[in-house]
Amino acid sequence: MKVAELKNTDLQVEGFQNGDWNKSINVRDFVYKNITPYHGTHDFLIGPSERTQKLWDVCKAETKIERANNGVHSVDTDIVSGIANFEAGYIDKENETIVGLQTDGLLKRAMKPFGGYKVVQKALEEQGLKPANAVNELFSKYVKTHNDGVFDAYNAEIRKFRSLGFLTGLPDNYARGRIIGDYRRIALYGIDSLIDAKKQDLAHIKGPMTDAVIRLREEVSEQIKALKDMIVMGKSYDLDLSRPAQNAQEAVQWTYMAYLAAVKEQDGAAMSLGNVSTFLDIYIQRDLDNEVIGEIEAQEYIDQFVMKLRMVRHLRMSAYDEIFAGDPTWVTEAIGGMFKDGRTKVTKTAFRFLHTLYNLGPSPEPNITVLWSPSLPENFRKYCAKVAIDTSSIQFENDDLMRTLRGSDDYGIACCVSYQEIGKQIQFFGARTNLAKTLLLAVNAGRCEITGKQMVKGIAQDNDEYLDFDKVMANFKLAMTEVARVYNDSMNIIHYMHDKYYYEKGQMALIDTNPAINIAYGIAGLSIVADSLSAIKYAKVKPIRNEEGLTVSFEIEGDFPKYGNDDDRVDVFAHDAVEDFNNELKKLAVYKNAEPTMSVLTITSNVVYGKKTGATPDGRAKGVPFAPGANPMHGRDTNGAIASLNSVAKIDYKDSQDGVSNTFSIVPKSLGSTNEERIDNLVATLTGYFAHGAQHLNVNVLDKDTLLDAMEHPENHPQLTIRVSGYAVNFIRLTREQQLEVISRSFHESM
Amino acid sequence: MNTSYFFNQNRTIIKTSDNILNVHSIESFGTHDGPGIRMVVFLQGCKLKCQYCHNPDTIDTQGGIEYNIEDLVQRALRMKSYFGANGGVTVSGGEPLLQSKSLIPFFKRLKEEGIHTNIDTNGRLLNHPTTELIDHYADLVMLDIKHMNEEGFQKLAGAKNKETTFNFAKHREASGKKMWLRYVLIPGITNTPELLHQLGTYFKDYKTIEKIELQPYHKLGIHKWEALGWEYELKDARENTQEEIDAAVEILSLYFKEVKAN
Repeated sequence: MKVAELKNTDLQVEGFQNGDWNKSINVRDFVYKNITPYHGTHDFLIGPSERTQKLWDVCKAETKIERANNGVHSVDTDIVSGIANFEAGYIDKENETIVGLQTDGLLKRAMKPFGGYKVVQKALEEQGLKPANAVNELFSKYVKTHNDGVFDAYNAEIRKFRSLGFLTGLPDNYARGRIIGDYRRIALYGIDSLIDAKKQDLAHIKGPMTDAVIRLREEVSEQIKALKDMIVMGKSYDLDLSRPAQNAQEAVQWTYMAYLAAVKEQDGAAMSLGNVSTFLDIYIQRDLDNEVIGEIEAQEYIDQFVMKLRMVRHLRMSAYDEIFAGDPTWVTEAIGGMFKDGRTKVTKTAFRFLHTLYNLGPSPEPNITVLWSPSLPENFRKYCAKVAIDTSSIQFENDDLMRTLRGSDDYGIACCVSYQEIGKQIQFFGARTNLAKTLLLAVNAGRCEITGKQMVKGIAQDNDEYLDFDKVMANFKLAMTEVARVYNDSMNIIHYMHDKYYYEKGQMALIDTNPAINIAYGIAGLSIVADSLSAIKYAKVKPIRNEEGLTVSFEIEGDFPKYGNDDDRVDVFAHDAVEDFNNELKKLAVYKNAEPTMSVLTITSNVVYGKKTGATPDGRAKGVPFAPGANPMHGRDTNGAIASLNSVAKIDYKDSQDGVSNTFSIVPKSLGSTNEERIDNLVATLTGYFAHGAQHLNVNVLDKDTLLDAMEHPENHPQLTIRVSGYAVNFIRLTREQQLEVISRSFHESM
Repeated sequence: MNTSYFFNQNRTIIKTSDNILNVHSIESFGTHDGPGIRMVVFLQGCKLKCQYCHNPDTIDTQGGIEYNIEDLVQRALRMKSYFGANGGVTVSGGEPLLQSKSLIPFFKRLKEEGIHTNIDTNGRLLNHPTTELIDHYADLVMLDIKHMNEEGFQKLAGAKNKETTFNFAKHREASGKKMWLRYVLIPGITNTPELLHQLGTYFKDYKTIEKIELQPYHKLGIHKWEALGWEYELKDARENTQEEIDAAVEILSLYFKEVKAN
């Protein structure tokens, strides 16, 4: 498609270097030409302003009320949420330099029923509430939702795989999320220019009117309407979003308004922010250079922006908490990284974002993700390590790996760990399949090990006394092929229907009209699969079967190598399972010609997956939680942290381009005896891990005693944050079961 | 496939007397046994039986797992990216000097690979293989000083002649290569002002000593003694208070440029 030309020549703002970004929509070019990389220390950072402190005190008081009130502060039951459907809302107007709330009240949640009305009803019912009659009338009788569409199209096979736990957490009754709008565009160009560009695009989408062309014309028209709504939303806050931002405060404000439009319209599981810090720094640095603002204002804008991001809420039903514990929103912001030309993208504002974890205290949101490279400025690497050690609130991803393999140096992290080029690419969220349960199909003649229901045909009943490795492996591959097929079928239906009934018009308005699409598949239970295959190969595994011939437990004679000890004999099974399943998925055609990618990631669903999975040949009992993400099973990594990291690093990112999540928890003393040593050792750990081609690392530096104390005295730990799988949670908002599971995980401790 | 991070574990190894180390266990993320992040190889076997030993299961010279040194080198190489500027490999124990003949080729290979080597020892063996090892292949020696007087030494370590360790220190000093001292602090037994001043006075002129690390006594190892069916003779000893640790640091700071309490 022809690239839309910008007509507004006023964009040549004083103090900025011009370039392609003046002629067409190209935020990367603006950042690339105007960045001021920063190599200094964190000494310039300052504490929160008085205004910020006053606002944060209000937020803390209101979140306390929220926790006391069953985790929900309040809900609006009259208005269906949308970009311009609520009046303006404030925390404390006179102290806010950055304004905007999802509804007209702080922490007041909104109904977003287009994903699925039943979910909204259920969520309200759990709070003792009901939707207003008018809303109920509309959605019960007249409006069809994404969820309705999906279930109209699902066949019996998909339903069976879903209800028995082979596929879990599918976005079929709620918004899919994961799409990242280029929220910077509104600040740089103003909405009028964006509307004009989209109109040009629409004019270029010509016949013959095939399904795809008709669909795209309708989508772009929707996007234009969404942009107009954003202007209306801005007006309610006395902001003129139709024009570009003129100064630092406006740049932050405009960017936040663009994000706000997204979280007013959509409540997808993950609603990432992208990588805005470098962009915003350009405006902040210019205003600082012109002495229009000082550091106090610079930090205040970022503190208040981040505070707003921390207050984002979605209306969820409690069942959702099983998969995504702790009420997360995944406002993921990627910080740092390198340009392709070797310059760093680290600016002072990267430091300012991290510094909010001190000014406002630790927090799971926004989900700050450092794009790590050994080429990052040393002072920044050390500061990141310090922040991780002090707050356990941030995660790290391998920038060199992703930039090189995926191709862009202007990307954000969708959801937890997934690369997404900003404004040029989107992804379809695919939850995950249970690979451990898939393995059990191989030893149960293709039947679900718990219910006995036939899932996969063509696998013979195995009556051998001991499991035979070659036979199990061959059947496992057959099971993978079939599970992949059903998984792909369900994905195609889900994303077709989501586009049809709950299209992300606001976010897509801030993305190129014909973006590349990834379909983000996922797997859970990888360590169980690796250890089970290892047990079958290196020890003797005797299946114990019930009268129906289903396995109920496994007796293991002898020892076997376990994943997590840098032992190739077993690590190769983890590597190969990822490669094999990914290859199966790649064979299948996807809606909108999306390119398949896959993740090894569980969020907190490792607990519920475990519950739905019978005993496994590695000796894990029925119902026991899986290890999260790509982590080795708790307690089986016995050769220390590096051996454990090295095992995970063997999973090839090429086979798992949606991400390989690893959570690294260590007690402070084991990381080193002094603060300085701990910082150096964490920097060395990250450098070492990523040098092995690994992709992601969550870092927790915590004593178990702190967590145990927080279970007993939550009131003393209101902001205690812990990284789980690809995101962080407020520890005291987990259920007791989830808290115990987190505590049972491997904490690396060496004496 | 990240082939470079897989290594072939099916190589055939011909066992000889000096290419095998008898290993108790390996810690891949050691942060308390030398500078930076270290792979710590705990070797099996020690001639002393110190009353406070927190790894009593490494004392018996029988047992342990035999590792070919090239396998250990390969393991170290897989951890090299984590070592950064300061880390490397530490051999501890047990008493590593008992296996000096095999440690020479092991350290030699590590040096060839540019990996920093460190030996954590009681310095009770000063003969041809041990001097060759420490003179040529050990970048750092962490020398464990048990006690400053003979009677105390004998009671604590269950062996005679504390001087052997001091002779070892002299030898290292003469070589001009780096050394750290380590000293376990037990209230009333090793942590008395008199003993600490003696320790400081003895070593104050040593140029190779970069620092002294104090290891406050703790009772975490007792269950291991019980598991071995051995009597734990130091039952009445108690752990240091923070004030006692601080006081020890203050005294030793008069003599050493760096004093660190672990």
